[in-house]
Amino acid sequence: MAVDQALHGLDNLELRPGIKTGSGFARRARKLWTAAWPKLLAIALVLLVWEIVHLTGWKKLVLAGPGTVLSDLWQMAQHGQLWAAIGVTMKRALTGYMLALIIGSVVGVLVARIPPLRAAIGSIITGLQTMPSIAWYPFAIILFSEGTAAILFVMVMGAAPSIANGLIAGVDYTPPLLLRAGRTMGLRGIALYRYLILPASLPAFVAGLKQGWAFAWRSLMAGELLVIILGQPSIGVLLSNYQDQSDMVGAISIMIVILVIGIVVDAIFSKTDRMVRRRRGLLTDAQPA
Amino acid sequence: MRVSDQQVTPPAVVPGASAVSGTTGASGNTLASADTTAVRLTGVSKVYGSGQAQLLALDQVSLTVADGEFVCIIGASGCGKSTLLNLVAGLDKPTSGEVDTGGRRVGLMFQEPALFPWLTAARNVELALCARGVPRAERRTLTAELLETVRLSGFGDKRPHELSGGMRQRVAMARALAQNADVLLMDEPFGALDAMTRDLLHDELERICTERTLTVLFVTHNVREAARLGDRVIVLSSRPGRVIAEYDVPRRAPRRIDSPEVAQMAAILTDRLREEMGRHGS
Repeated sequence: MAVDQALHGLDNLELRPGIKTGSGFARRARKLWTAAWPKLLAIALVLLVWEIVHLTGWKKLVLAGPGTVLSDLWQMAQHGQLWAAIGVTMKRALTGYMLALIIGSVVGVLVARIPPLRAAIGSIITGLQTMPSIAWYPFAIILFSEGTAAILFVMVMGAAPSIANGLIAGVDYTPPLLLRAGRTMGLRGIALYRYLILPASLPAFVAGLKQGWAFAWRSLMAGELLVIILGQPSIGVLLSNYQDQSDMVGAISIMIVILVIGIVVDAIFSKTDRMVRRRRGLLTDAQPA
Repeated sequence: MRVSDQQVTPPAVVPGASAVSGTTGASGNTLASADTTAVRLTGVSKVYGSGQAQLLALDQVSLTVADGEFVCIIGASGCGKSTLLNLVAGLDKPTSGEVDTGGRRVGLMFQEPALFPWLTAARNVELALCARGVPRAERRTLTAELLETVRLSGFGDKRPHELSGGMRQRVAMARALAQNADVLLMDEPFGALDAMTRDLLHDELERICTERTLTVLFVTHNVREAARLGDRVIVLSSRPGRVIAEYDVPRRAPRRIDSPEVAQMAAILTDRLREEMGRHGS
C-alpha cells in the first residue's frame, strides 16, 4: 500500500543514520584516550608546579617535593596499615552514606507528597544543607560520646538534606504534561509514583546523591580527625598522627589518598548521571566528558 | 448506524447552509438517542479563578458525538479547546452543566507525544496496558499488535528521543489505543509535525479509526485538517468558548487534503472563523 510504504520510507529518512568509526576496540581505546589525556596532563602540570616550588627552596625544611612524597606513598602502599585504614574509613563511608540515603529518600518523598510537611520543614532542609557539618560535632559527641555513632550521625546530617532536596526537586519538576498523560492512562496514587514521578525525578535525585556523597565524605574526614576511636586506625587517624609528628611527607601522602578516593567515587556518580541522561536523550554522544 | 449520515449536506456546500448558531442548535442538530451517543455535553460552563480575575473559558457548550463519529472542533486561540477535552477526559470538573460519556473509556492525545523518556517505545505502550490491569503474559503480544497497528513494529526497543516527531506521535497513538479507549480525544495531535508527515498520519488515523470503530473528538486550529478528517466540524467562539456553528462534511472517501471538497469546506470554515476573530478586533 502506498501510504504504508511512504510512511516507512519517511521513518527511515528521519532516523539518524548510525555512523560508526572504526571497530569496537579501536573506538573504545580512542574514546578512553580522549577522556584520559587532559586529566593526565593536569596531573603532570600540578606535579611540575609542585616540583618548581620545591626547587625554589620555599619552606624548604617542611615542604617535601613530589618525588619524596610519591616514593613514601609507594612505601605505604606496601604495608597493610594504609589499606586497613582505608578499609575502616570506607566501611564508615558506606554505612553513613547508606543511612543518609535511606533517611534522605524517606524524608524527601514525605515532604514532596505532604504539603503541610513541606511548609513546615521544606526550608529547614535547605537550611541544614548550608550548615557546615563540623558544627554538628560538639552536639554529636555529647549525644553519642566519642564513637562511630557520632561520626555516622554527622554524616547523615550532612548528606541526607542534599539527597532529600534532590528528590523533592525531581518530584517538583516532573513535567505537568507527563502527569496529565499518566492520569489519563489511569495511574493513581502509588502507581503514579512508581511508574511516573520517581523515574521522572531520577536525574535530579542522582544529582542530589552526588552532592550528598560530597557532604558525607567531608563530614567523615572531619569526624575522623576530631573523634579518635582507639584501636581503629582510619585514614583520619593516620593523618592526625602525621600532624602530631610534624611529618609533612606522610600528611601529603594521606591527602593524596583522600583526593584519589574522592575522585574515584565522583567518577562513579558522574558515570551514573551521564548514563541516566543519555538514556533520556538529554545528552548526545558528541558532548565532551 | 451513524447519526451524521442522516445529516449529510449536498456535496456543494453552501456557506452557512448547515451552520447553526446558538447553543440549542448544537444538540438539536444530532438526533442521537442515548445508547448511540458517545459523548454528550449539556450546558457545560467552566470558570477559572474567582472574583475580579475570573475567566469564563466555556459558556453553555452543548454538543453530542455519536458512536463511531469523527468530530473536529475548531476555533481561534482562547476558545477553550483544551479545557473542553480535559472536561470530557474527566481530568477536570465543569463549573456547571453536565458531561456524559456513558461510562466509555476515554483516551487523550496531546500536541506533544508526552511519552515517558526513560522507557522504550514498547514499554511506553506496555505501561498503559499495565495501568489498565492487563496481565503480564498478554501485555507483550498486545504491545506488539499495537505497534504493528501504528506501523512501528521494528522500533519497539527505541527510546523516544531516538525517534522522529511523527514516529513519537504514533507511539503516543498506540499508547492511547492501549488504554482500550472507545473515545479518542485528540488535542492538536499533528500540530507540531511537518505537512508531509501530517498528511500521511491523516491517512493512518482514518484507517485506524475505521479498523477499530473509534469515536474521535479532534481539536485543531487547522481548517484543512478539520475539513479533511471530520464527519462534522464544530466551530467555537473565543473568550468565552461557545458553539457558534456546526457543519456536516459530505463523506466521500477517499478524501485528500488537496481535494476540492476539502478546500471548499476549509474556505467556509476560514470565513466563519475570521468573522469570529473580527469580533475581537474592534
